[in-house]
Formats: sequence, C-alpha cells, structure tokens
Amino acid sequence: MKSWIAFWNILKKDVRNYYLKPPNISWGIIFPLSWTLMQLIRSPDGNILELLPGLIAMSILFGTTSMLAVTITFERSGRSFERLLLAPIHLSTMVLAKIAGTILFGTFNAFVPVIFAALFADLRAVNWGALLLTILLIALTSALTGLLIAVSAEQVFEAQTLANFFRFPMLFLCGLFVPIARLPLLLRPLSYCLPLSYGTDLLKGLLTRQNSLSPALCFGMLLFFAATLFLICRHRIQQKWIL
Amino acid sequence: MISVTGLTKTYGSVCAVNNISFEVAKGEIFGFLGPNGAGKTSTINIMTGLSRPDAGEIELAGIDVRRQPKKAQAIMGIVPDESNLYNEMDGFDNLCFCAALYGMPKSEREGKARRLLEQFRLDDTGKRPFKAFSKGMRRRLTIAAALIHSPQLLFLDEPTTGIDVESSRQIRDLIRELKRQGTTIFLTTHYIEEAERICDRIAFIARGQIVAAGTLPELMASVSHQHAIRFVTAGSTNTPAAELESQFPGSQVSIQADHSIVMTSKQRIPLLPVMKFLHNIGVEVHEARELTPSLEDVFVKLTGIQSSALTEPERKGSTR
Repeated sequence: MKSWIAFWNILKKDVRNYYLKPPNISWGIIFPLSWTLMQLIRSPDGNILELLPGLIAMSILFGTTSMLAVTITFERSGRSFERLLLAPIHLSTMVLAKIAGTILFGTFNAFVPVIFAALFADLRAVNWGALLLTILLIALTSALTGLLIAVSAEQVFEAQTLANFFRFPMLFLCGLFVPIARLPLLLRPLSYCLPLSYGTDLLKGLLTRQNSLSPALCFGMLLFFAATLFLICRHRIQQKWIL
Repeated sequence: MISVTGLTKTYGSVCAVNNISFEVAKGEIFGFLGPNGAGKTSTINIMTGLSRPDAGEIELAGIDVRRQPKKAQAIMGIVPDESNLYNEMDGFDNLCFCAALYGMPKSEREGKARRLLEQFRLDDTGKRPFKAFSKGMRRRLTIAAALIHSPQLLFLDEPTTGIDVESSRQIRDLIRELKRQGTTIFLTTHYIEEAERICDRIAFIARGQIVAAGTLPELMASVSHQHAIRFVTAGSTNTPAAELESQFPGSQVSIQADHSIVMTSKQRIPLLPVMKFLHNIGVEVHEARELTPSLEDVFVKLTGIQSSALTEPERKGSTR
C-alpha cells in the first residue's frame, strides 16, 4: 500500500509538473500533426493508413525518449531527484513511476496521428485492443531507452544530444522508411536488435496487414526488450546515482 | 542511535572519508564541524544510503544501512545542503508529495502538511511556488519536508548556510525543540558558534578524519592544561613580573601591551593573595578574569586549520 501511494504520487507529480504543461501538450500535438501533414504533402496520393505505422512510431519515440531524459536530468541537476533516491521505496517502484508518466505521454502522442487519420480513412477494421497494447509496449521500451540516456547524461543538453544519437539511426534501421529486408546485409542484424523494429512490424500488421514477422514473436521481443532495458536501467541507476 | 565504525570512502584519488568511527545517543544533537571539503557531506551521504562506503559499518537504530538502506531511510529525515524541493509546486503540495513518498495516506499527510506550514510560519505562502520563496523560507520548507513523517533521526547538512540571521535563529530554535521532543539530530556545519550553541557533542572533521570529539567542556579540557587569569590594571605601571613569579611559585607572568598582567599556572591561581600582593606594591587592579580557550581556539589547535578556512568556498571534487 505504501509503495502504491508513493508510485501514484510520483506519477501524479510528473504529469502535473511536466506533461500537462502547455508547451509539452502543444508539442505533443503539433509534433505528430506536423509529421502527418509533411508526409501527406510529400505524397498526396499516398494511403494514410500506410503512413500511419511510421507516424505512430515516430511520435512515440520522440515524445517518450525526450521527455524522460530531459525531466530526469532536470530533476538531477536541481537535486530534487535525490528525494526519490532517499525515499523508503524500492528502486523498481521509483523507476516504474517515472516511466509511467512518459508512457502515458507517448500514448497520447501516438493517438494524435490516429485521430487525424480517422478523418480520412476507415479504421473500423483495426483491432484497437492490440493497437493499444502495441503502442504501450513501444512507449515502454522507448521510455526505458530515454531513462538509459538520462542515466548517462549530466546536463539537459547532453540528454538531448544523446537521445538524437540513438533516435535517428533507430528510425532508419527499424524498417519504417526502408523495409528491413531491403537494408544492406550488414545492417540487418542491427535492425533486429532494436525494439522499434518489432513495434513497427506490429503496427504495420495491425494497420495495413503488411507485417513480415509473426505478431507473437514481435510481442515477445518487445516484452524481452522491456524487461532487459528495465534491469539495465535499474543496475545503471544503482551504479551511477548511488555512488 | 547511530553507530559508525571504520567508515571509509574514496572518490578517485581523493579519500573523502578516512576510517571514521563515532556513536550518537538517542535524543542527542551531534555536530560535525569542519571546513568545506572535509568530508561532512560525504559522511551524511553514506549514512543516508545515497552513497556506498568502501569500508565500514553504519547502524541506525539497530538497522544496518548497508544491508537495509530502505528500512533505515524510513526512520530518517534528511535536509541536504541545498534546498531541493520542487520549484513548480507550492509549499503545501511539496510537503504532501514528500509525505506520500513515505506512504502516508492522503488525509494524514494533508493534516501534517498544514501543521508544519503553520509551525514553520509558512502558512501564509498560499499558492506561491517554491522557486518564488526567499532563501530562508526555502530552507525552512526543506526542513519541514524532512519532518513530515516524524522521523526518529534527522540529518541536517549545513542547515543555516547562506540564510539571514532571523531565519538561522528560527532554525536553531526549532532544532532545540526537536531535541526536546526526543529526535536525534546529526548536524554538519562550518559555523563554530552554531556548533557551540546547539550541539551536545561535537566532532571536528578535517581531511576526512575525525580529529577530536566530545562535549564542549571535554574539547576545551583537551587543549587547556593550564589555568590563566588576566588582571586589568590602571594605566602604566612597572609591574615586577619576576617578583610575582617568586611570590607565587609555579606561575608564569607576562605583561601585555595594554599593561594588563596575564598569570598562568598548572595549579589554580588564588585570586585574593595575588590581588593583595599587587595592591601592596601599588598596582591598582580594575578587573580579574579567568581566561578560557574558545571553541575556535580548540579547533585551530587540534586541526591545525585556521578558523577562516571554515568559511572558504567549497573546493569541488573532494566530495560528491
């Protein structure tokens, strides 16, 4: 019960202090919307459903990794993060609470292009439960990537630079722009080491039925990445922040 | 309440805490006095579980901090050297959030937050965010946040550094009040007067080591092996120092520039015979005062560090 109170209040505090701030809400709407419009202008005859997996994936990736890396680095530089480390709550509870807010923010970001697409395309065939689960899993792995970045950065600008260092190669390697099968042979193994590749494949399957991997494998791999990243993050926090 | 044995911590090539041991009794105010970079914050960080020691044992109320840091953190309140609450939140929300971290239910934490805001004279701050508070107010709220879960043990790292005189006085009064209520307090400071005024026992820390520890009289006694009396005389006199010394064997007499006479002896100096003797030789004495060393003198003598070094800016790198 005590852990739950702490978890809920860390989440509530982050949502109020960071995610519900007008600049972040507007960023969360404008960013995915701009991507969508950009893609539509580039290929006006293109099927928006074919663009949707990429737009959802990019919206989640950019929303979650940025927010968590920046908010944690910000709290660390002001030393308020020490309060969480000194509280009598398990490190896992604290990590879960911190990423929960980001997952919600990423999910919100993901649904902006979905709502936009619903104006132009028929989405009745979409399995919404599976889509939500996929979005949550992509948000979870991206949030944990953001946390890993936050552990490695000392300053907010460092976190942003590091985040871009990870995000852009991920976008090009995950099969969004070029299918993995058409990537140079040397890069393909790298693609399969990225959680976003499995998330993108799931989204493609759910929205356009153009997946190349089994959905069960993709869900399994996303869960595997989430668990591994979680353990790495926890270990890194213990090593780096509890000196 | 606190038992620390052989605590050692090294950051790179710098030994921040070097094999220190001490004990603090329940309800005691224990002060760690030393200059910046002496190892005070490093010691607190290790004791609170924010840092891992290279060697040594720490027990807080019988809880092994190294093995059960979270259990130990539940009974302690921590006031870091910087006021580190959330800038965007007001005083009430900050206190409620800190209480929630200790698992306090909503009604309990809201009631306690209101009481603490009142006790710390911050109840008129309303919805003002923490970032708009003055330094003294920020410090008071940070201390209130550390007390929200009624800890048995309170760590205060430089509680009055950089704040105004009135806020410092309020914080010192509050520390005394907490002691009366039975809270054990571990305090670090580089203000000698602060340690002297509120601590039951003081440890001098320098270069990561405890140089001396004890009550104020014990520390004084450790350097003062002689009795000294200063006689303030009326104007210029040719006081015969040698005559005084022969009259009172075992004593040394020195005449100061202001013509006062300082008499030192390993034995207690009998005041009346000396006064009579001086009167008989025509020296008029206006005042006689026993000279005792100040805590500052004791600190300088024991650590070899000039007291001015206590207030020098911190050299980064030796602590966290």
